[in-house]
Amino acid sequence: MDTLASLAHGMAVAVQPMNLLFALIGVLLGTAVGVLPGIGPALTVALLLPVTYKLDPGGSLIMFAGIYYGGMYGGSTTAILINTPGESASMATALEGNKMAKAGRGGPALATSAIGSFVAGTIATLGLTFLAPWLVEVAVQFGPEDYFALMCVAFITVSATFGDSPVRGLTSLFIGLTLGLVGIDKLTGQARLAFGIPELLDGVEVTTLAVGLFAVGEALYVASRHRHTKETLEPVRGSLWMTREDWKRSWMPWLRGTLFGFPIGALPAGGAEIPTFLSYSTEKRLTKHPEEFGKGAIEGVAGPEAANNASAAGTLVPLLTLGLPTSATAAMMLAGFQQYGLNPGPLLFADKPDLVWGLIASLYIANVMLLVLNLPLVGLWVRLLAIPTPWLYAGILVFATMGTIAAKPSVVELTMLGVFGLMGYAMRRYDYPIAPVVVGLILGPVAESQLRRALSISLGDPLVLVQSPISATLLAIAFIALVAPFVMRGLGRFKAEED
Amino acid sequence: MQEAGTRRRPDPAAIAIAAVLLVLALILFWDMSRLEISSTYGLGPKAMPIVVAIGLALLGIGNLVIAFTTGLPEPEPADPKPILLILGGLAALIALIGLGGGFIPATAILFAATSAAFERRAFLTDLLIGAVLGLVAYLLFDKVLTLSLPAGPLERLL
Repeated sequence: MDTLASLAHGMAVAVQPMNLLFALIGVLLGTAVGVLPGIGPALTVALLLPVTYKLDPGGSLIMFAGIYYGGMYGGSTTAILINTPGESASMATALEGNKMAKAGRGGPALATSAIGSFVAGTIATLGLTFLAPWLVEVAVQFGPEDYFALMCVAFITVSATFGDSPVRGLTSLFIGLTLGLVGIDKLTGQARLAFGIPELLDGVEVTTLAVGLFAVGEALYVASRHRHTKETLEPVRGSLWMTREDWKRSWMPWLRGTLFGFPIGALPAGGAEIPTFLSYSTEKRLTKHPEEFGKGAIEGVAGPEAANNASAAGTLVPLLTLGLPTSATAAMMLAGFQQYGLNPGPLLFADKPDLVWGLIASLYIANVMLLVLNLPLVGLWVRLLAIPTPWLYAGILVFATMGTIAAKPSVVELTMLGVFGLMGYAMRRYDYPIAPVVVGLILGPVAESQLRRALSISLGDPLVLVQSPISATLLAIAFIALVAPFVMRGLGRFKAEED
Repeated sequence: MQEAGTRRRPDPAAIAIAAVLLVLALILFWDMSRLEISSTYGLGPKAMPIVVAIGLALLGIGNLVIAFTTGLPEPEPADPKPILLILGGLAALIALIGLGGGFIPATAILFAATSAAFERRAFLTDLLIGAVLGLVAYLLFDKVLTLSLPAGPLERLL
């Protein structure tokens, strides 16, 4: 009952006009960036961080969550109509969705993905509501060594376990960890890797790294491939409404997709790609219309779309209760919390219940807003795709640099933005995952301080790491997760890219 | 993707990445060795750099192994010209900001250069669009969000 009371209280916070406005702005922006190729929710939150610095923390975080959810809705539109997933979590949707659009069934494809996203998003938010308080009670007992072990698990699973290549994933992670070392060591006040440059003493800004990797890197990559790609926009033909048959074939995939998406999103396994592809292959196996798969089967759209929305809500569980980001967007949201001096975790639930429960309650509202925005108004969103590509990317780059200029108008910071952009380009070109770099930069310093705290409490005895049963178990999991992909190459089938 | 096995020629990109990682490991090690103060109990500030440097060195070797065995996934064809255009636009923006040229002209140049990188041939029109975009953004940041953007001669007129 405690949970319901907290949720009711949160709802009262979420329906305050300013918070409703923030949620609306969030879902509008989120849908827009989801529809537009080249920018995803992670980049959008990164761009907004410097701008929202002076706004109300609760409202800004509600907006960021709206962007996350909205991005998941919007991505499906692009995947279905031009076969270019707006974000990688929609790759599975594109497989059948674009075939449906080509066959003149774009309307029902968009409808099943919007309604499926709503169903899955709402169920998964319920899951978040009831799982989070329970996990908070567990997390209260965590000591610094347990947190350190937990971060080790996150490092390994995000970079090595589910990627194409563990070596490439770990390479990305260690570049992030290296960047995380830059700046003044908080315990002894000594500068590390600053090379006498004053701007580096504060460390590498998360936003500069994220904007460089995502925005500049993506623009460079798409520009370099511009002459080699052709896109065709399928017009939305036929009725938008689903027939009775469509409903009958959609509702089970929605529920199964949710069952894949939420737990996998909640585990520190990272990303929405794994559950979407799991859902796709499951629907392909269970369908009564196997002949339609590959030609536009509605199950292949309904399942993955539900899975990617459910996983977005799932990712918020470790983020809010443990401060553990498991996807690029969650990492940027964590940076959002940190910008206001807030640290997600059990303490935040105790200290700022208004903020946490207001945020959770606003997710229900965001889902309803998104259903309304995406079903009848889908035609409006499609018009966004009419923006000429040169202007789209020119605009993205202008906004990317503007955020950095507003936060720190220095030549050093802008040069770093360019360097990270080139790095992002090279990583895209040679297929190194990008999310582990951001996670490494954000979590690296946290993991280091937890480890040092644990060892100073134990007077330097490293055995403390294996004496705590929680920490010992988590370290064992991290070790298995690291070794498994080398032992069983088959695990590397799933692509883990930034979402 | 190539099948596992030995390649006839090592993958140059993987060798370059391995070299970068090994150099990074050396820099980390050198930087760490200059730190003096350490904690009384437990780990000092040197521990994490050592762990990361060892990790980078191991991954450098791992990437070398990739270079001589499977190679990286074959990259898709790419043109260098658009990349140079965008980086040029970015360099112009940095120079303008650094020399006090102001936000609006800097934005205009970046906008036009990026647009040109995507093979649009209307540099002057795009320069104008970029300037308008910069002006709107400048007013929004300066007047509404009360965040200051670097001002040059043009911005001081507003």
